[in-house]
Amino acid sequence: MSAIRFENVTKEFSNMARSAVDHCTLAVDKGQFVVLLGPSGCGKTTLLKMVNRLYEPSSGTIYLDGVDIRQLNVNKLRRQIGYVIQQTGLFPHMTVAQNIATVPNLLRWPKQQTGQRVDELLALVDLPPAEYRTRYPAQLSGGQQQRVGVARALAGNPEFILMDEPFGAVDAITRTSLQDEMITLQKKLRKTILFVTHDVDEALRLADRIVIMRNGKIVQYDTPLNILNHPADAFVKELMGGGDIVRQLGLIRVEVAMQKLPADFHVDGQPTINCEQDLRHALSILLQPGATALLVLDQQTPVGLLTLDDLRTAARAQSTAALAA
Amino acid sequence: MDYLVRNPDTVLRLTGEHLYMAVVALLIALLIALPLSMLLLRSKPLATFVLGILGVLYTIPSIALLILLLPFFGLNRNSVIAALVIYAQIILVRNMVAGLQGVPTAMLDAAKGMGMTAWQRWWQVQFPLALPVILAGVRLATVVAIGIATIGAKFGAGGLGTLLFDGIAQNRYDKIVVGSVVVALLALILNRLLLAMEHYFEPASRIKRAVRPVRSVAAAEAPTAV
Ligand SMILES: Nc1ncnc2c1ncn2[C@@H]1O[C@H](COP(=O)(O)OP(=O)(O)O)[C@@H](O)[C@H]1O
Ligand SMILES: [Mg+2]
Repeated sequence: MSAIRFENVTKEFSNMARSAVDHCTLAVDKGQFVVLLGPSGCGKTTLLKMVNRLYEPSSGTIYLDGVDIRQLNVNKLRRQIGYVIQQTGLFPHMTVAQNIATVPNLLRWPKQQTGQRVDELLALVDLPPAEYRTRYPAQLSGGQQQRVGVARALAGNPEFILMDEPFGAVDAITRTSLQDEMITLQKKLRKTILFVTHDVDEALRLADRIVIMRNGKIVQYDTPLNILNHPADAFVKELMGGGDIVRQLGLIRVEVAMQKLPADFHVDGQPTINCEQDLRHALSILLQPGATALLVLDQQTPVGLLTLDDLRTAARAQSTAALAA
Repeated sequence: MDYLVRNPDTVLRLTGEHLYMAVVALLIALLIALPLSMLLLRSKPLATFVLGILGVLYTIPSIALLILLLPFFGLNRNSVIAALVIYAQIILVRNMVAGLQGVPTAMLDAAKGMGMTAWQRWWQVQFPLALPVILAGVRLATVVAIGIATIGAKFGAGGLGTLLFDGIAQNRYDKIVVGSVVVALLALILNRLLLAMEHYFEPASRIKRAVRPVRSVAAAEAPTAV
């Protein structure tokens, strides 16, 4: 049974000629990180908002764990779905702790349990509780605000999380580190996440599966690698940056492309890379002067070597696979 | 000021009457303005229409408005209070509508999306965020009410206006001075008080009251290793 299922869902707004969301059918498995990707105005937000019933579908049905969401009390439903939006979502007149406690308070948790939960979540998103509990949102940087937003969405311990361009308003470097944290968090928590973005690289980094939308319709729903290698049509191909080889490198892990460590290898201050990193990252290190080979580490232990040649071989194998398909 | 020293009781009584009119009028005005503003938030055309009418009412000179109200409320302070309620309305409603509209839709969406009921959204988010602007309206309406209540003396409502009108009629300069000074003081003090309250509820001042000083955010912002 899918965790979230859209069945022929359509949403019409009276001021729009076409449907904002047009006969969408989609099944999301439990624990999956699914990214909704598409140009602005294609219906991503509308699709998302129908899950916590901020919008009601004009037709079609949405199921959570097999239950038609219209059968649930609307506020109860919303309290079991985490919700993160861009920028302004935090309440400026409440402290960080009060913001995070929103859903626990709605659920009438005992004070002590809520306090513990707040501290636990602040620690989880890397904000030392003692320092940040009593701050107000205006006293945080953009990146920190978004982390509090994520903590607040997790507070009621929901199975489902909806995120609408949560990192859209922060600078590129902060965004990357927020994405990294999101990946780490999801490894720990295994929530079922619907994440909206119009940033292709963000989608590729985060997604187990990507939903590509256009004019309210779902054009393709597949893993990042498959979407890059087998775009459903010209639109998807264009959106994903055509045959952008560097982008494809971002999806191959170092351990797949590396060569075994030669028996007589002498560890001598070579630049290193973790085996779980991607080849795009490896390439950026290899292009620096003096780095002819990278020492691949698995938990600090050297396990292999990676040269530009290895990288080229891996990229070629990737594109022949794509051509053959 | 001799007059004040010789007649403190009279001045105190008149001040009491004056305040009574202003405060009762403001309370009634608030009770009307709050639901009216919430209604106006639902419809832009209605808001434009009602604010327009209230604006026109505000421009009617106070003596004329009071004379219009006399047949309904009689020659007593009820007429004066009714007039004050009408004048306060435009100020209160305009600020309430502006304050409530100023709360970003995205924030209310977030509140709704987390499962707050309409009532919880109102009390926990919309109202507290609009409060500074609403209080600014209350402050302005208070000052206006204190000023206009002076005219009450002409309509049998008493208040500090008594000193002014008596002073003019009897050519008693001392009464005029005491009357105007006390009215001005009253307005100033209430203005101060309400201004302090307004500041108290502004998010910026909540931050200043928060114990912890703001430290550099750089340390916590550095990318975390995965
Ligand atoms: N509340 C609304 N009322 C009317 N039209 C809307 C509303 N919300 C979204 N739309 C329209 O629906 C379409 C899809 O919007 P949206 O889902 O926000 O797109 P996206 O999130 O992909 O940028 C757009 O054309 C938008 O103008
Ligand atoms: Mg959107």
